[in-house]
Amino acid sequence: MTARHGHDIMARLLLALVLAWTLSPILWQVTTSLKPDSELMQLPPLLPAHPTLAHYRALFEHQPFHRIILNSFGIAALTALAALVLGALAAFPLARLPMRGKFPILGLVLGTTMFPAILTVGPLFIFMRALGLRDTWWAVLISHTTFALPLTIWVLTNFLRELPEDLYRAARVDGCSPWQAFTRILLPLCRPGLTAAGVLAFLFSWTEFLYAFTFTATEASRTVPVAIVLFPGLHEIRWGEIAAASVVVTLPVIVLVLFFHRHIVQGLTAGALKG
Amino acid sequence: MNRQSETLTGYLLLFPALFILTLLALCPILILFWLSMRYRVLPFGIDLFAGADHYVVLLQAPRFWNSLGVTLYFAALSVALEVLLGLSIALLLSRRFRGAGWARALILLPWAIPTVVTAKLWDWIYQPDLGVLNYLLQNLGITTAPVNWLGTPSLAIHAAIIADVWKTTPFVVILLLAGLALVPRDLYQAAALDGASSWQSFVHVTLPLLRPILLVVTLFRTIDALRAFDLLYVLTGGGPADATETLSLYAYKILFQTMQFGYGSAIGVMLFLVVAMVSLLQLWLGRQDMRRLVGRTP
Repeated sequence: MTARHGHDIMARLLLALVLAWTLSPILWQVTTSLKPDSELMQLPPLLPAHPTLAHYRALFEHQPFHRIILNSFGIAALTALAALVLGALAAFPLARLPMRGKFPILGLVLGTTMFPAILTVGPLFIFMRALGLRDTWWAVLISHTTFALPLTIWVLTNFLRELPEDLYRAARVDGCSPWQAFTRILLPLCRPGLTAAGVLAFLFSWTEFLYAFTFTATEASRTVPVAIVLFPGLHEIRWGEIAAASVVVTLPVIVLVLFFHRHIVQGLTAGALKG
Repeated sequence: MNRQSETLTGYLLLFPALFILTLLALCPILILFWLSMRYRVLPFGIDLFAGADHYVVLLQAPRFWNSLGVTLYFAALSVALEVLLGLSIALLLSRRFRGAGWARALILLPWAIPTVVTAKLWDWIYQPDLGVLNYLLQNLGITTAPVNWLGTPSLAIHAAIIADVWKTTPFVVILLLAGLALVPRDLYQAAALDGASSWQSFVHVTLPLLRPILLVVTLFRTIDALRAFDLLYVLTGGGPADATETLSLYAYKILFQTMQFGYGSAIGVMLFLVVAMVSLLQLWLGRQDMRRLVGRTP
């Protein structure tokens, strides 16, 4: 009994340690964003003695930061939407319809996610230049589809496969076309899968850096991660504003993770556990 | 008759997604190989045949061998640490306790935030004069003078690895937790009845059942670590003195800072080969576990 009790205390201590290691860098960034410049130039104080929102205000004064947030949000939402629509269309036949070559197609889909982005960024840059798409939402959106689409196909195929085969057969016997059986019966049952795939696609696009950095040039299409790296600052690094921007871009991520934690985990493990 | 219409519908529905993936993911890879055999400098409109020239130069360039070494070292050390740490945390979180749901959600945060933010976060922590790491180390009496973490070649690569471990361990934890949930409870009870200690039941029950998923996690993480770009580009830019310049960074600089698309593509092809060889080696080493995993697929 006492041995077990000691075991529990030990586990709790370790858990506290893990959470401290996980969360303290994020919390440190939050405190940094709230400190006036004078307190950033020295340590201590560890915690802001005179907390201020000046850095958050400065974000919007030094550049059209609202426009940059809008770019990030619009591109991530459209990426998720496009990947969901195309991914659902592709996942249905891969999961349910009698077709040849399903295995190689799924292998190819998974294979494209293994390519390092640095391999495709050069050729895509030449595409975007030739089509005059540089520094538009399109360039970022199109490049983000290359990782969002395989993800949605993969997650949705796995979700659809888990629905009972009879559901689809029964709908067909009752006179539904394959398309009707898909849209009226299977798709509504696949809501958790759609949420999981959509949230992951949004998150990946919202946080993506390499493509967005390469294809954007101005506020017309620049996303928040790119803006954080290109922070205007002539002589010194403006740590306070960088921290404030980090908090702004991280807040929606925290909300999504806390709300959709189960979906995210389901989406991530769908592929890995079922090969 | 019905079957035929189903197959036709299937190919029609698949077409848009496959067309887009072919155009945006497969074609660029083929173009990369083609570009690597050309002299192509975008702003000057140079476009000439190069054959194997770039590869010959590359194989004699010390900078290439340095970045290959950095890439392998970074991937090997960070993946090893992530899997070890991830396994420990997953075992800890797999226990039933109050607030387990919260702990599992919170642990995901470093993985979900933008890598750029991770890099800036650790950059600020590592600052020699203003950083909190030196402040803590000096106050605890561990160091006496500020350490220049990112300005010292031997330290910078390890500082980057720690930041990468912080960011990606949650991914390992999530997949291993899902794997642990598949281990039947009665196996532990049976082991306990037979008088197995918790260490013995870990080694003889948990680990063998977890091996296939450990292999998958290691494979995913290795591929990801070999192509790491964002973290290093923002945290160190490849410096100091190329000590943290991976193949990805090297390729990017040649592609977009000097606009040599031919030579830069050749570096990309080398990275492709490294990723392919390392993943095939891992699959071969874990071929028995892989077979078990595929065998379980419905």
